[in-house]
Amino acid sequence: MSTFTGTRALARLALRLDRVRLTVWVLGLSVMPMGTAANYFKLYPTQADLEAVRGVLSNPSLVAMEGPLYGVSIGGLTAWKIGVTEFILVGLMSLLTVVRHTRTEEETGRLELLRATVIGRYAPLSAALLVTTLANVLIALLTALGLMATGLPVAGSVAFGLATGLVGLLFAGVAAAAAQLTESARAASGIAGAVLGGTYLLRAVGDTGPTWLSWLAPTGWGLALRPYAHERWWVAALFLVFAALFTAAGYALSDRRDVGAGLVPPRPGPAAGSPALRSPLALAWRLQRGLLLAWCVALALTGAVMGGAAHGIAGLESPSQQLTDVLERMGGSGALTDAFLAAIYGIIGMLAAAYTIQATLRLRQEEASGRVEALLSTPVGRVRWAAGHLVFALLGTALLLALAGVTGGLVYGAQSHDVGGQVARLLGAAMVQLPAAWVLAGLGVALLGLAPRLSTLTWAALIVSVLLFELGALFGLNQYLLDLTPFAHVPKLPGEAFTIVPILWLTLVAVLLGAAGLAGLRRRDMPVT
Amino acid sequence: MTEAIRADALVKTFGRARALDGLDLTVQAGEVHGFLGPNGAGKSTTIRILLGLLRADAGTARLLGGDPWRDATDLHRRLAYVPGDVTLWPNLSGGEVIDLLGRLRGGLDAKRRAELLERFDLDPTKKARTYSKGNRQKVALVAAMASDVELLIFDEPTSGLDPLMEEVFRQVVREEQRRGNRTVLLSSHILSEVEVLCDRVTIIRAGRAVETGTLAEMRHLTRTSIQADLATPVDGLGSLTGVHDLHTDNGTVRFDVDNAELDAVLRRLAAAGVRSLTSQPPTLEELFLRHYDGHAAATEVAK
Repeated sequence: MSTFTGTRALARLALRLDRVRLTVWVLGLSVMPMGTAANYFKLYPTQADLEAVRGVLSNPSLVAMEGPLYGVSIGGLTAWKIGVTEFILVGLMSLLTVVRHTRTEEETGRLELLRATVIGRYAPLSAALLVTTLANVLIALLTALGLMATGLPVAGSVAFGLATGLVGLLFAGVAAAAAQLTESARAASGIAGAVLGGTYLLRAVGDTGPTWLSWLAPTGWGLALRPYAHERWWVAALFLVFAALFTAAGYALSDRRDVGAGLVPPRPGPAAGSPALRSPLALAWRLQRGLLLAWCVALALTGAVMGGAAHGIAGLESPSQQLTDVLERMGGSGALTDAFLAAIYGIIGMLAAAYTIQATLRLRQEEASGRVEALLSTPVGRVRWAAGHLVFALLGTALLLALAGVTGGLVYGAQSHDVGGQVARLLGAAMVQLPAAWVLAGLGVALLGLAPRLSTLTWAALIVSVLLFELGALFGLNQYLLDLTPFAHVPKLPGEAFTIVPILWLTLVAVLLGAAGLAGLRRRDMPVT
Repeated sequence: MTEAIRADALVKTFGRARALDGLDLTVQAGEVHGFLGPNGAGKSTTIRILLGLLRADAGTARLLGGDPWRDATDLHRRLAYVPGDVTLWPNLSGGEVIDLLGRLRGGLDAKRRAELLERFDLDPTKKARTYSKGNRQKVALVAAMASDVELLIFDEPTSGLDPLMEEVFRQVVREEQRRGNRTVLLSSHILSEVEVLCDRVTIIRAGRAVETGTLAEMRHLTRTSIQADLATPVDGLGSLTGVHDLHTDNGTVRFDVDNAELDAVLRRLAAAGVRSLTSQPPTLEELFLRHYDGHAAATEVAK
C-alpha cells in the first residue's frame, strides 16, 4: 500500500460533503470580477473618462486599501478594484477547505474511522489539497473566461484568473502546514487566517511606503503579476515555489506526529478548577479568551497601520474632485483624510463584526457538540448560559473597536502632532460601528433561538454587507437595498456630523433581534443537532 | 413525597418520527430504578424531557415534585445527570470540568471527589481533548456522584467503561443509595447491570413502557430453568402446563417452567424421587427477548 492509497476515494468524499459550499465559492469568486468589469465599461465608456481618474487612483489611501493601479484601462481598473478582495476571499476559501478536510476530520475523530480502512498516511492531506486545487483551477478558468466575455484582453484576463488561482493554491499550502501544528481545527484556521490577514496589512504598508514589504505579501504578488498592464508572468513562479514549500512542510510535519496529535504535545492541566471557575460566565471566558486575544492583536495592528497610511494623504497637494468622489463611494465624506479614515473605520467595523459573529456562534458550537447538555442539567438556565457568551460577543467587540480607534489615533496623531485630538476623533469613528456589529450579534441570537440549524447564515449577512460596501455604489444598486445592511446607517466619522438617531435605531434592532432569539431559546428543544 | 419521578402518557415527536408514544414511568423516592430498552427506544428522549431540555408534545411529567420544564433550574439543584455520550470542553482538564459542574450544582464534597478519582483511576490533570470515551464518562460520573443531590440520572453510564470500572460503578451506586437514601434512574441496555443494581425496572419499547415492576414481580412473569437427576422416570412431564423445552437424557431432565406452575411441577418431580436439583432464576435476558422478538432484539442482547 502506498502512502497515497485512498486519496481519490477521500477526495470524492470531500467533494460530496462540500458540493454546495464549494459551488457557491467558485461561482461567487468567478462572477465578482466579471461583474466589476462590466460595470466599469458602463461607467467609463471612453478612454478620456478613464484618463480623468488616472492621478486620482494613485493616491496613498486608495493604494493602501486596494493596492496600486498599474494600468489605466477598464482591465487595469477592474484588477485594481476587485483584486485584493478577490485574493483575500480565495485565500480564505482555500484555507477553510483544507483545514475542514484535514484537522477538523481528525479532531472530531471521523478520520480515525477512515484511517483504519485502506488509506495511506498521506491520503487525507492529499485529498484535501486535491479538492482545493480543483476548486482553484475552476475559479481561475471561470474568472479568466468571464473577464474575456466582457471584452477585456485575453492576456490580462488569463493573468487575473491565474493570480486568483495561485493565491488560492498558496493558502492551501499554508493551511496544509498550519493543520499539522495544533490539535484544534479552530487554532489551525486561526493560524492560517492570521497569515492571510498579516499579508493584507504588509501589502497595505508596503504599497504606500517601503515597496519590499509588498513582496512579502502574496496578496500583493497577485497585483504584481500586473494583469492588463504588461503582465509579468514570472511572478507566477514565485507563487508556485512558495505553495510547494508550504505544502512540502505540511507533508514533512505530518510525518512527525500521530493521528489526532499536534506537534506540540498537550501539557497537563490543573487537577482542580481555580476558585473562579464556578459560573457560565467563567466558563465562557475560558472558551473565548484565546479568540478575543488574537482579534485584539489583529485590530490593534490594523488600526495602527491604517492610521499610518492616513498621514500620507494629508501631504497630498490639492486633492481632485474625483478622488473625493471615489472615497465617498467607498463610504467616506468630507475632507480627504477624514474621508479615508471614515472608509477605513467602516472596514474595521466589519472586521470586528466577524469577531462578533464568531463569538456569538460559539453558542451554537457548544450546542451542536452536545457539551451544553451537561451544563443545562445543572441549575444553569438557558438564558444565563447564552448571556455568558454574549458578554464577549457584545463587550469584546467594543474592546476591539476601542483598540483599533486608539492605535489608529496614536499613530496618526503622532505624525500630525495632535495625539490627544486624533485619539478622541478616531475612537469615536471606531465606536460608532459598534451598534452595527451588535445587529449581527442580534441576528445570530435570533437564528440560534428560532432556527438553530440556519445560524451560520449570520456569516452570509456579513459577507453581503462587505460586498455591498465594496461594490454597491459601483453597481449603482438601489439605496433601499444598500440600507439593508446595518453598516450603511453608521455615521461616517470623522468628517460627517455625529447623529445619535441611527445609533439608537441600530441598537434597538439589535436588542429586538436578541430578545426574540432568547425567547425562542427558552421555548425550544435543546440540544438541536 | 414518595414519587421522585412520574411521567404519564408522554408523547414526543421529531418531525415524522414518534420517539415517545404515550410513555408512563414512575420512580419511587429512594429506589434504584432500571430503565431498560434497546437503542432508539426513547430512553434518552424521556430523560431529556425529565431534565427540561425537551418539551413533551403531550402527557405530563413531574420530577421531585416540580414541573421539569418550568422549574428546570430549581430542580437541577437537587439532581445530577450523566449523559450517555459525554462531550467535554477540549481545553479544560478533567479536574476543572468536575469542579465546574460540581460548583454549578451548588458545591461538591472534596473528600468524596478525591476518593472517587482514586477508585475510578482517573487522572484529573489531563486535558479533556486527550481522554478516551471511558475516561470522559468517568469525569461526568465523578462530578455527579461527588455532588450532594437527591436524584441521580444516568444514561447508559457504563457504555465506555471496562469491566473493572463497571464493577466500581456498581459499588459506588450502591453506596450512594445507602449514603443518603438517594433515588437513582439508570437507563441501560445491559441487563446484568440492571439486574444487579435495580429495585424496580421499567422496560420500554418503541416509545412505550411495556413492562414495569420489581424484579420479583418480573420474575414471576417468567420462567425458571430446572435441571434434575431423577430416581425414576416421570411420564407426561412434557404435557404438564407450564413446562417448556424439555430434554431427557438418562434420568436427567432439563426444562423451563412458568413460575406460576412451579409448585405443581416440583411436586411431580419429588414424587419421582429427586437425587439432585439445580434451578436457575429467570434472567431479565429472557424477559427482554420475549419483548423484543425479531432480529433487532437478538443483536441488542448479544451486546
